[in-house]
Amino acid sequence: MIGREAYLVNKKIFQQTEFYLGIIIVALSFFLTLINPKFLTLENWFDMLRSNTFLGILALGELVVLISGGIDVSFTATATIAQYIMGLIITTYYIDNVLVAFLIPIPIGIALGAINGALVYYTKVHPVIITISTLNAFFGFLMFFSGGKWIYNFPPSFRSFSRLQVFSLVNARGVEYGFSIFILLWIILAIFTWMILKYFPVGRKIYAVGGNLEAARRAGFNIFRLQLFVYCFMGALAGLASFVNASLNQMIQPNSLVGGELDILAAAILGGASVFGGSGSAGGAFLGVLLIAIIKNGLILMRASAYWHEVIMGAIIVAAAGISAYQQKAKAKREGEILVP
Amino acid sequence: MSRNPFSKSKNPQLLILVIILVAIFLLFGLLTKGKIFELHSLQAIAFQLPLLGLLTLAQMSPMLTGGIDLSIVSTANLSAIIIALSMTQFNFSPFLAIILGLVLSLGLGVLKGTLVAFCSIPAMIATLGLMIFIRGVALVITKGYVIAGFPQSFLFLGDGTILGIPMPFIIFLIAAAFMSLILNRTPFGIQLYLLGSNPTATLFSGVNNKRVIFRVYLLCSFLAGVASIVMTARFNAAQAGYGESYLLLTVLACVLGGVNPSGGFGKVGGLILSMVVLQVVATGFNLLGLSSHLASALWGIILVSVILTNRLIFARET
Amino acid sequence: MSSKTEQVQKKPYLVLKNVSKRYGGVVALEGVDFTIFPGEVHGLVGENGSGKSTLVKIITGVVRPEKGAEVEVNGQKVEINNPFDAFRLGIHVVHQDLSLFPNLSVAENILSHRYLEKTQKLINWRDLKAEATRVMDKLGVGIDPETEVNRLSVADQQLVAILRAIASEARLIILDEPTSSLTRREVNRLFAFIHELKARNISFLFISHRLDEVLEISDRVTVFRDGKKIGTFQQEELDKKRLSFLMTGKEISSRPSSVRALSKKEEIMRVENLTKKGHYEKVSFSLYQGEILGLIGPRGSGRTELALTIFGLNPPDEGKIYFEGRPQIINSNQVAINLGIGYVPENRLIQGLVLDHSVEDNLVITVLRQIIKGMGLVDLQKKRAAAEKAVREFNIKTESVEVPVKTLSGGNQQKVVLAKWILTSPRLLILDTPTHGVDVAAKESIYQSIRELSQRNLSLIFISDEETEVLNNCDRILVMKNGQIVGEFFPWETREEELRKTILQ
Repeated sequence: MIGREAYLVNKKIFQQTEFYLGIIIVALSFFLTLINPKFLTLENWFDMLRSNTFLGILALGELVVLISGGIDVSFTATATIAQYIMGLIITTYYIDNVLVAFLIPIPIGIALGAINGALVYYTKVHPVIITISTLNAFFGFLMFFSGGKWIYNFPPSFRSFSRLQVFSLVNARGVEYGFSIFILLWIILAIFTWMILKYFPVGRKIYAVGGNLEAARRAGFNIFRLQLFVYCFMGALAGLASFVNASLNQMIQPNSLVGGELDILAAAILGGASVFGGSGSAGGAFLGVLLIAIIKNGLILMRASAYWHEVIMGAIIVAAAGISAYQQKAKAKREGEILVP
Repeated sequence: MSRNPFSKSKNPQLLILVIILVAIFLLFGLLTKGKIFELHSLQAIAFQLPLLGLLTLAQMSPMLTGGIDLSIVSTANLSAIIIALSMTQFNFSPFLAIILGLVLSLGLGVLKGTLVAFCSIPAMIATLGLMIFIRGVALVITKGYVIAGFPQSFLFLGDGTILGIPMPFIIFLIAAAFMSLILNRTPFGIQLYLLGSNPTATLFSGVNNKRVIFRVYLLCSFLAGVASIVMTARFNAAQAGYGESYLLLTVLACVLGGVNPSGGFGKVGGLILSMVVLQVVATGFNLLGLSSHLASALWGIILVSVILTNRLIFARET
Repeated sequence: MSSKTEQVQKKPYLVLKNVSKRYGGVVALEGVDFTIFPGEVHGLVGENGSGKSTLVKIITGVVRPEKGAEVEVNGQKVEINNPFDAFRLGIHVVHQDLSLFPNLSVAENILSHRYLEKTQKLINWRDLKAEATRVMDKLGVGIDPETEVNRLSVADQQLVAILRAIASEARLIILDEPTSSLTRREVNRLFAFIHELKARNISFLFISHRLDEVLEISDRVTVFRDGKKIGTFQQEELDKKRLSFLMTGKEISSRPSSVRALSKKEEIMRVENLTKKGHYEKVSFSLYQGEILGLIGPRGSGRTELALTIFGLNPPDEGKIYFEGRPQIINSNQVAINLGIGYVPENRLIQGLVLDHSVEDNLVITVLRQIIKGMGLVDLQKKRAAAEKAVREFNIKTESVEVPVKTLSGGNQQKVVLAKWILTSPRLLILDTPTHGVDVAAKESIYQSIRELSQRNLSLIFISDEETEVLNNCDRILVMKNGQIVGEFFPWETREEELRKTILQ
């Protein structure tokens, strides 16, 4: 589990993850359309994308943490706290301003992320341990202080924002549907993440740290700042995602998000991020979530029991990992390496 | 050559735990005006502790090899469902039901072991996928419904006592003794510790790494199966998704108990101490009428504090 | 290679005067003066604990010297208080592990110093590629800049590491054991590259225990022993024997061992036409009971691969192995161990020992089955007794059997590895460079043990890098090159030079 770095030759799940994911998505879509033509409609896709925005944004954050060689399982608690405080503020003070609501969760997420980052750096203990602890601490305190109370009855602007669409169309039955603004938010964040990882030095340094921490240290990279950045980035995205979640549901239930951490981790890994660090891409994280969304959606359209979703998801993850492990072994054999311990 | 830091640090971790335990007991003793020392409270602790305790014991062996099993709770859950269904749907005797549950968990252990040991899939990913898969299977079988209504003879395992000691606690102690025996007194145990520390060296020394790792996941799943017995008996019900929150707690408890997450070190005694600490905090909070969520928060803080303290004490030696 | 006179006329690049370092009561370095000239390749040799690594740490700013030390770079007095000071002065280290980013491209690795700049610009990938190509072209290196570093061979990775230093305007590059994973051909390429850079006035500090190579590439060599600088010598003044003597203070006898009565011995193992693609080809030889067979050859000759095949960790593509007359398929090391074959690995720290665990655990790991009592449980007393017996027999210096094995010295650690195999009562023991990194006293002790073992009818395959070592300790020597056996020698009728010639040819 934890950092057996140097021996592994190839840490990605697929050779070029995005490519494989793309093929699988296309194939799956084709197959599903045959079964139920309603699959390949804009209405369906807009709906599907909208309901997975929360997952998608969080996967982007987790991706960045994974690339740096770390991991974060506390973001659900971070998200819950961020949205709860936002909810409290805008309902208590009746702030009828969506922008304010949008901006509140972000610094909260960053602050909580900073705690993670600092602890990870100073204790030098594996981030899984740290973030499990902060998950408990954050969530415990939140539930204690909030008493588990739900928040609803948001100001009108908050309500109407959730219905905002970038453009809308009318379907055959005269019902309106549209490209939700949240999907746009997700796409913007994905592009933003992609740019940071590819064109900004901080992004490249994150890959470097994930690839070889000791070398990064020796090269003079400021490890503290980088780790802080990574966890704060996750925190910020957790805040944003929590806004989306609160907005879509028009309700805040403090105990609804916590428990779903591992699903988001799975999405990021499916998208090509390695638990050992050093690899992964925003495109992959996007496609990974898209794949999961299609599977869920496909099951619904096939009128299959929603219970099968997890069975299939789990099987896919195991299969994907199995293929990758096999590829690594085959490569080692080809290159005449003697041992794969 | 400086005196080796490790022979000191294996004990200090335990020492710190003992100190914390004593301190916490005293603290809660004061706060609850002695109520926590009453038989009633101690029994409550002994009733609550075993579920998390057994799951933590299960998590111990994968962590000792530097791996992790994210699927222990879902394994326990599915096993619990099988036990429950056997008794309610098929009217099997509790004894048979338990056997079936254990067989299932062993079977899942074989699957896990094969994936991690023989297919060389990293433990975290394999068990993550399996966790989701098993959870799904549980949902498909139960369709979300709760299965309840077990015979009294079975429930005794959950709420009965022998000589005043709660049954679950007895089960836990037996399991802990079993683990301790395996880890400390069998060749498998020695190989396990060494493998967790340096698998290359054990491979070169003739240890069959794959077989050891396979057995580790068998052991871990078996213990998850035992946990499912306690779980079903105490809750008097089984449902898909039970106990999910326990998963990360098992990791927390293991590390608090001295298990090194990179593998190679950790003793059952430490684990028991850490469990007791966690449970005393929970029960203490309960007695004080404080929310259990505060207890969870405190657990997280305790772990981080212990880690920081360790780091500070040994900063000079690293 | 600059001549003696040229160097004397140049101003030195780095001058160290009166450098000492103490750790508590232990003196790591005492009163060292040291100079490096621009464009010089300066060899640095010394056994473990001789002080050479401390010197390097001081030069690179990892540790500070005691007061009274003076450091000058290009004639100016400087203080190197941390690695960044060293960087800025143009001093770079290429560590043995190369410290590259395996998941990043060659170009990014070479130009990674850019990420340290105060004003960070957006990354222009085309520019990055062009710049990296330019750096490589100037020095005649043709690696695709967009390849991920982990796809390169170790030799190419090393070039990338050096290029990285060049790109950051290094003036002095310290190479720490650069050739340990290279084949002879790759070493030649590396040396050619170093010459190229020498011509541009870049200096090198070449640290290696491979004395042949140190002598081949260096202009001058400095020898350390016991924390003191024994001296700095011109390359022409030295040969391997003299260097060895200076390093250890002991004369290594090159008197070959006397002929031993092997005529009546039986064959214990025979290999025929063993072939494994990329490792070795058509290897055939026999091994006799009680014989010490030396196996010598340069890196990449396939000797370790062959050893691992016999030990079961590297099954061959073709060929047969006969053990005690019977054909065997050794496809796992369990099979090998059951046959009575043991292997003392090359990389003691990673392959041979579990460092954080006790001496006791490390000793009994191979014989766990023997210390069981009823019910499959381990007999703790037997375990302890076996460990303590081994410690006595092999004269392993340790506080107790309970301490972690990492607290032992290199020589004693090697004895633990040896002991744990002897406990299995093997018929054949393969020793892969067993005296590497071991101090002189322990070396003698190991040779002694080897000879005793062969008296007890144990057969040994002794893989080594040093001609003197095999000539002194083996009954027969096989030379391996490029995966083939190219010569068989008997010590009593062979001289060192002959052996060397066959190897280097």
